[in-house]
Amino acid sequence: MYTFSKNLKNIALALMILGLVGIVYGFLSAPKTIEEVEKIVAESHHGGHHAEATTHDAHATEATHETKAAVAHEEVKDTTHAVAHNTEVKNDSVVASENDSTKTEVAPVVTENHDNHTTTEVPHVAKVDAEKEHKEHIEHVFHQLQNKPWAALYVACIFFLLISMGVLAFYAIQQVAQAGWSPVLFRVMQGITAYLPYGSVIFFILLLLSGFHVNHLFVWMKEGVDVVGHENYDKLIAGKTGYLNVPFWLIRAAIFLIGWNLYRHLSRKNCLAQDEANDNLFYKKNFKLSAAFLVFFIVSESIMAWDWIMSVDPHWFSTLFGWYVFASFFVSGITTISMVTLYLKSKGYLENVNSSHIHDLSKFMFGISVFWTYLWFSQFMLIWYSNIPEEVTYFITRIKDYNLLFFGAVALNFLFPILVLINTDFKRVAGIVVFAGIIILFGHYIDFFNMIMPATVGDQWFIGVSEISSLLFFLGLFIFVVFNALTKVPLTPKRNPFIEESKHFHY
Amino acid sequence: MSSNKVIHAIYNDDDILMDAVKQTRKAHHHIEEVFTPFPVHGLDKAMGLAPTRLAICAFIYGCIGLSVATAMMNYIMITDWPQDIGGKPSMSYIQNMPAFVPVMFEMTVFFAAHLMVITFYMRSKLWPFKEAENPDVRTTDDHFLMEVAVKDNEEELTSFLRNTGAVEVKVIEKH
Repeated sequence: MYTFSKNLKNIALALMILGLVGIVYGFLSAPKTIEEVEKIVAESHHGGHHAEATTHDAHATEATHETKAAVAHEEVKDTTHAVAHNTEVKNDSVVASENDSTKTEVAPVVTENHDNHTTTEVPHVAKVDAEKEHKEHIEHVFHQLQNKPWAALYVACIFFLLISMGVLAFYAIQQVAQAGWSPVLFRVMQGITAYLPYGSVIFFILLLLSGFHVNHLFVWMKEGVDVVGHENYDKLIAGKTGYLNVPFWLIRAAIFLIGWNLYRHLSRKNCLAQDEANDNLFYKKNFKLSAAFLVFFIVSESIMAWDWIMSVDPHWFSTLFGWYVFASFFVSGITTISMVTLYLKSKGYLENVNSSHIHDLSKFMFGISVFWTYLWFSQFMLIWYSNIPEEVTYFITRIKDYNLLFFGAVALNFLFPILVLINTDFKRVAGIVVFAGIIILFGHYIDFFNMIMPATVGDQWFIGVSEISSLLFFLGLFIFVVFNALTKVPLTPKRNPFIEESKHFHY
Repeated sequence: MSSNKVIHAIYNDDDILMDAVKQTRKAHHHIEEVFTPFPVHGLDKAMGLAPTRLAICAFIYGCIGLSVATAMMNYIMITDWPQDIGGKPSMSYIQNMPAFVPVMFEMTVFFAAHLMVITFYMRSKLWPFKEAENPDVRTTDDHFLMEVAVKDNEEELTSFLRNTGAVEVKVIEKH
């Protein structure tokens, strides 16, 4: 039996408290009014023009702005943005009542920078556009900044929820495949999936909060997106409301979460009952249950990926997205199994686990990392290659605003594991596996960050207090729940039909 | 060596062979070779053979393949004739890299696989029309043969090998 060490418990509690404080701080420090944002933007204007110019470009890529931009003369389009920006700077530095003088001030700037263009029409376009755009821009930034603490919470929450799902999927596969090596690790996996009910409840509450318009994470939930003539009307989203509507969306989420939790509950129950049984009835039950779960899982997982992740970008779609998300959390789940196993082993609790078991887990970490990369690249390259505007905006915003994170995730999730874990001997060395594991887990957090953030906070992203605190909070909760669950039952199943083979497994 | 003599001890079970190999090594007799009809798991370890370095070769070959692919496409597509083909950016390699990745990947695998196989053939001296080296035809079917070097201790070694469960022990003069 495992006993939860005082140290680890204190660390977990400290992480939770620290995280909670940071989360609350994140929410309190988010701007409450447009005026606050106005101030923040004004301050950032003094910083530099270039940063601002990119924001405008990012705006132009968005559908709502695009229509407006299209109205302007094609030729003048770029100039307009540049000029609009110049005007804006003036507007901010000059007191609002001096608006009249702005017009006169614009003209010299235009002639100075853009001699080639007709100076007569540009100032006019610029003035109208500038004021309207400035207002819309501030409102846009306001929403993004308000979304920031929510999105940080959402990313961390879904990340840990899906880690436990990755472990559950791996566990089910091991059952169905009748793997001879893994039964000594079943209790570890069951311990990790103990997080699932807690994670599900918190996550479902977050979904409910989004559904009841407490936050603006999901654009398609906006009031009036499907009402023709409404200022928020969006034809593309309106066409999807048959699928993307809050009640249906919540019902789907509830079904998936209940289904997953049900499997995890029954499977553990059967596994414990098998320990006390005289025949293999419960083992067979678990086998059938796992097979059925895997079918349910692959369907629900795909839909889950559309609902909870892809729908933050409701204008964009990708067919292999479900698989891509799956690979991401599956490898994280396997890595988590490996790291928890190594921790328990280092404390002397898993006497039946030898370096061959670790080797097998490392091979899975390595292989699924490559599989993730394959899907990442397939999704990216197909869209990059054909460069169809309605699809490619997804990657343009990511490459422009998230360059380091976007490509950094590939380095962390592909280059590091492939170079570190390709060596057979390295796969058995605890220190190296832990190092690779930390890199992989961090890389996949970044991966989820890349999926959610660009659509919710756009270029206002920052890995700051909100993001780190949310991560720490859920990490603390995860550690607390998982290691608490591990103390409840013996760490080795008693009479699994494959347990003897597993105990003597060597590779 | 004082003589060219070797002893062929033939076994008909891989477990007995494994035990025999362990005993022979323990008694410090030099095992020249073991012939088996199929891979016997753990035999290399029992014989004390050094681990293969073929995987390291493959890794190096893969790196070479990757370099070849990169250099080739960089020269052809970017340096030599940077045409605009369907709007693909050919100003620098990195700009158009996603389009090159399938080739880079395949070339890496191609080089790693083929060069490794050729290395294996060369190291194990295998080629068409090579004369077969099996000392006893039964070793390709259902018998296992251990070849032990003789150093003036023919009598002793023969009886030792008989005791290890050999079904047949022969002294052979090697050319």
